[in-house]
Formats: sequence, C-alpha cells, structure tokens
Amino acid sequence: MSKTLFDKVWDSHVVRNIENGPDVFFIDRHFIHEVTSPVAFLGLKSRGNTVLYPERTFATADHNTPTINQHLPVEDPLSANQLKALEENAAAWGISHWGLGHQKNGIVHVVGPENGITLPGATIVCGDSHTSTHGAFGAIAFGIGTSEVEMVLSTQCIMQPKPKKMRINVNGELGFGVTPKDVALYIISKLSTSGATGYFVEYAGDVFRNMTMEGRMTVCNLSIEMGARGGMIAPDQKTFDYIKGRPLAPKEEAWDTAMEYWQTLKTDEDAVFDKELTFNGADIEPMITYGTNPGMGIGITNNIPNAETIEGGIATYKKSLGYMDFNEGDAMIGKTVDYVFLGSCTNGRIEDFRAFASIIKGKKKAENITAWLVPGSHEVEGLIKEEGLLEIITDAGFTLREPGCSACLAMNADKIPAGKLAVSTSNRNFEGRQGPGSRTLLASPLVAAATAVTGVVTDPRTLLEEITN
Amino acid sequence: MAYDKFNIVTSTAVPLPIENVDTDQIIPARFLKATERKGFGDNLFRDWRYNDDDTPKEDFVLNNPTYSGKILVGGKNFGSGSSREHAAWAVYDHGFRCVVSSFFADIFRGNCLNIGVLPVQVSPEFLEKIFNAIETNPDTEIEVNLPQQTITIKASGASESFDINSYKKENMLNGYDDIDYLTKMKSEIQEFATTRPF
Repeated sequence: MSKTLFDKVWDSHVVRNIENGPDVFFIDRHFIHEVTSPVAFLGLKSRGNTVLYPERTFATADHNTPTINQHLPVEDPLSANQLKALEENAAAWGISHWGLGHQKNGIVHVVGPENGITLPGATIVCGDSHTSTHGAFGAIAFGIGTSEVEMVLSTQCIMQPKPKKMRINVNGELGFGVTPKDVALYIISKLSTSGATGYFVEYAGDVFRNMTMEGRMTVCNLSIEMGARGGMIAPDQKTFDYIKGRPLAPKEEAWDTAMEYWQTLKTDEDAVFDKELTFNGADIEPMITYGTNPGMGIGITNNIPNAETIEGGIATYKKSLGYMDFNEGDAMIGKTVDYVFLGSCTNGRIEDFRAFASIIKGKKKAENITAWLVPGSHEVEGLIKEEGLLEIITDAGFTLREPGCSACLAMNADKIPAGKLAVSTSNRNFEGRQGPGSRTLLASPLVAAATAVTGVVTDPRTLLEEITN
Repeated sequence: MAYDKFNIVTSTAVPLPIENVDTDQIIPARFLKATERKGFGDNLFRDWRYNDDDTPKEDFVLNNPTYSGKILVGGKNFGSGSSREHAAWAVYDHGFRCVVSSFFADIFRGNCLNIGVLPVQVSPEFLEKIFNAIETNPDTEIEVNLPQQTITIKASGASESFDINSYKKENMLNGYDDIDYLTKMKSEIQEFATTRPF
C-alpha cells in the first residue's frame, strides 16, 4: 500500500497497537532540559524505575539560563536549583549533559541538529512543543508533557494515537525579502492556531525544496503554532550534506547503511492525505503579527483587519486588540517599537544573524530601541565571530548576548517590561509571553533588523533595496 | 503520580468563554521554576487573576464567589501553545477534575488525560447551552458521566455524548496511567529496540 513519509516513519516505530487506543510508540532520541524534566525524574525515582537507555537521552540547559555573565553563579535561586537538578539527574543516570558554560550548550532545538543527533527517519521527543523543529530532517519530532518524559526515561516509549495527515504545498518562488519565517506565519494566518490540530503536517513543493536546512527548521518549528503536533520535510541531498561529518552523525559504514534507508524516506506518489492545502509562494509578503496568537498575522503593508471580517469570536478578537492597544484598521508600518529580540529556536541560527547583519550593516541602532541579540548556541555564537558579523553588530551599536531561550518565554531575567512593544523573531505573541504585560509582534529577522535601525515597524524591502542598489 | 479515579462528577461549573486560551495564560513561564510538583494551583491563570501587586482582579471569574465547582468550561481551542504539563497540574491542583470545550489543543488534552483531568469535547452548540445555563443560574449543576460518556445540564436535562478511546477511559476509571502499562511490557520494548538502526 502507498504510504506517506509520515506513515513510513511512524509505522516503523510502533511496538504495539492497542485496539481503540493509542500506539505504543518507540522513541529514538530524547532531549531534556531543566524545566520539564525534574518532576519526571522524581516520578521515576518514586516508582523505583530506572532510565532504560541513557544513551538515547540528551540534556541541555536553555529555558531558564541567563544570557549575560554565564561564567558567574546564576543569581535566581530557583533557576539555579533547576539547573542543578538537571545536572544531578543527568549524572546519576549517565545521561550526556551540556549544561551552562559547556561549549556545546545552547537551545535544545539548535544544538540537536548542529551535533548530528537529529536524523532522518528518527523519532524525537522533548518536553517542549517546538521539538517539531527536527521534522526539517524528515524525522517525526514533537513536544510531550512531563508524564511522557518520565515514560521515555523509564521505557523509551510513549503512548500516542496516530495523528491524521495533512500536506501543505507551497509552490513557485518567494518574493524579494520574504523568508521562511514569513512562509510559516503566512500559513498559520490562513489556518489559524487550531487549523492543523489533530494532524501531522508534511511540507512539500518548490518553496521548501529550495529552502536551506535552517529555513526548513524555522518552518517545521512553527508547525505547533497552527495546532499541528509536528511538521516534516522529506530529506534530500541538502539534508544529507548538512548532517554528514557532524559530531554524532553516523560514520563510514553506518553512514552508508543510513543513507540507503534515508533515500526511501519520501511520500509515495499515490499516497493519500486526510487534508491537502496548496499555496502560492508569490502571494507571500514579509509578515507581522498584530494580536495575541500567532494566527493573527498579516502582510506587513496591510492594516489590522476589522472584527467583522474575522472568523471566530468577535469578543475574543477585541480582547486581543485591547491587550495590544491597537485599533482595527491601524497600519502596522510606522508603529513605534521599544524592543527588538533576535533569537530563539525559531530564528536563532547563523543564517538569521546573517540576515539581521545584512540590514544593519553600516547603520546605527535607533535610540528608542533596546535590542537583545541572543544566539541559539555557542556554536552559532562562534560563527558570528568567525564570519565578522560581530563587528557589524557592534559597529551598529548592538551587543551580542550569550545563548539561551531568553526573551522568547522570559523565564530568565530577559523580560520585556509591561506595556512595551517588541518586534520578536520568536514563536509566540501570547499575552505576557515575553514578560507580564509585554506586547509582541512576531516577524522575521529582516523585519526585526529593519525595525531595530529605524525605531518603527519597517518593511525590510525598503532598506534591502537601498543595499542592493 | 497517582490521581483519583474518575467516575461521575456532578458539580457547578466555572465559565471562561474565551477562545484560544493558551497554556501561557493557564500558567505563565515564570511560575515553572519548581523542581517538585506542588503549588501550581495557586498560579492558575496568574496574570488574569492577580494584579501586579498580587491583589485579586475582581472581574476575573476565579475571583468571583458566584462561580465555583470541579468543572472548568472554556472557549474553543483550549490549551494551545506550550507543552508544559504544569498547565494541567495547575488545573488539577486548583480542584478541577474536568475541562469542557468545543475544541482542545492536542498536547494539553494528552497531558490532562495523563494526570486525571478529563477533557470533554462538546459541540459548539452544546458549549453555548452550557455557558447560557451558567449565566442564567450560576448554581446550575453539570453531570459528567465517564462510564456513559455523557455530559448533562441537570436543570434542563440537555445532554450530549463525548468521545474518549476505551484505553484512556479504562485508565481514568481506575486511576491508572501509561507508565503502569508501559513498564509491564518492558521486555517487548527491549526486543524492539534491538531492531532500531540508531
């Protein structure tokens, strides 16, 4: 029978199928971090269980780490305690641990691919919804709760009903200044934050084929924001080239065996999806959100829609605009911004810093802007220095922070103050997400850069044209 | 962690007629710093429930003594966003055993089922009926009957059935969880693991 890419990977990981119940689903790779794992280890201990395959779990500290002075003791005692718990649990069970200060430390969804832990055809979970990132390699990757973290630690399995399948095609070419982030925000704006709930998405079409691996990671990362458990892209030569030679990637004979398998990882021609959607890449503009969920996005040159044109509850819509202190019909371009955040598992990779630098080069940070530039990992930080981007950043009046999740979820000290407006390359614009009372506009690194130098929401194409001319 | 068995819950309900309630609202990230599972109920809906100086916001439903009960009724797409199980813990620890909505986000639904909170998905029309019934009379009792898989507004007798797979239903009725099931089949899993290439 014809199978989709998703079927092929899913079905090969089912240990047992329970009638009218979930599948017992085997997990190849498990990432843990300091926030969602401590209670799982407590549960493991209280039941008298052990970690079944410590070599399949990888620990990194990221959610709750400071992004300045990482060489000093962590000031917040609660945060320090979580980091200590992660370190102790990893040591007790023989799990590899890239803690604060470790040269491989960084955001879990950045360091996994960087180190060749993320592989096509693998199943990958983590107590973090943006685990969907790893789907860019043709893996089935998704976020789980802490009870499931405990399941994976003690049995390497979770119990999951198989999701339905959706394919999203984006064909044609992307316009000038349009990035993978814009493609994702565009799709989410069409589907809403619940449009793909219950589904696992495969992204197909020229736009994704032509995208770099980092671009694909950005798109798959945001799958959860349309409600999908995850999203994936069939591996191709770009995928294999990216993985080859990475520290933990298969080597020599193991590489050849893996390649043989990986080349089978594509959807059969006549395979059927439960839902299929097709968009045209040429219709996508640089995007920006204006509300309090990632589905509330528009092309940056558009105005905020009127409540009557919106699907869903008008009361909820008005509450959202009220929180943002915006009005229906407002233009986004020209709104005065207070903060710019470049970073996160969505847009904290080297290509994102290159994009940001391409705009700010030779310009100055606007005076009204506080900017936080946070690399996704020490490896990204190293590349920023190696490629001369740090100089561009510094010359333009910006500073570079140390790696971590930072203001994406504002668990550490990087909180946008109440009432302040931020353009953020992260993934969520929920009320208070970036700090109590903070207001977030999600956008690409190009939009963030253009805004950082002008002080107001700016269409990056206007600045890019100056550069290219 | 063991939870109380779920059979039939009959209770008044707390209405929250807002759509897309995300888990950052249910429990903001800055309250996820504990290394033990306790105290999360106090921070349920923290920023909707309290002012910056920790005084209660009087207009928020959890601060309104008119509404109480073991059932939380939310708008469409309840529990979207972050996978934090702390959101489900906060709901449970506050005293809710059941969340009713016309649509749930996947991870939140799964987390609830794993810790003994029953997510009951009803039609948008029935959800409206529940909101209306509570608005008319906050003492309205709702019966959630897991064995029968029905939800009933006691005063009017209006009722609807809901879905739950038989495996999870059995778990909820008996207070079991997935780890109990998985640990019993460890040798089967270990055998399977030998077939994995990486």
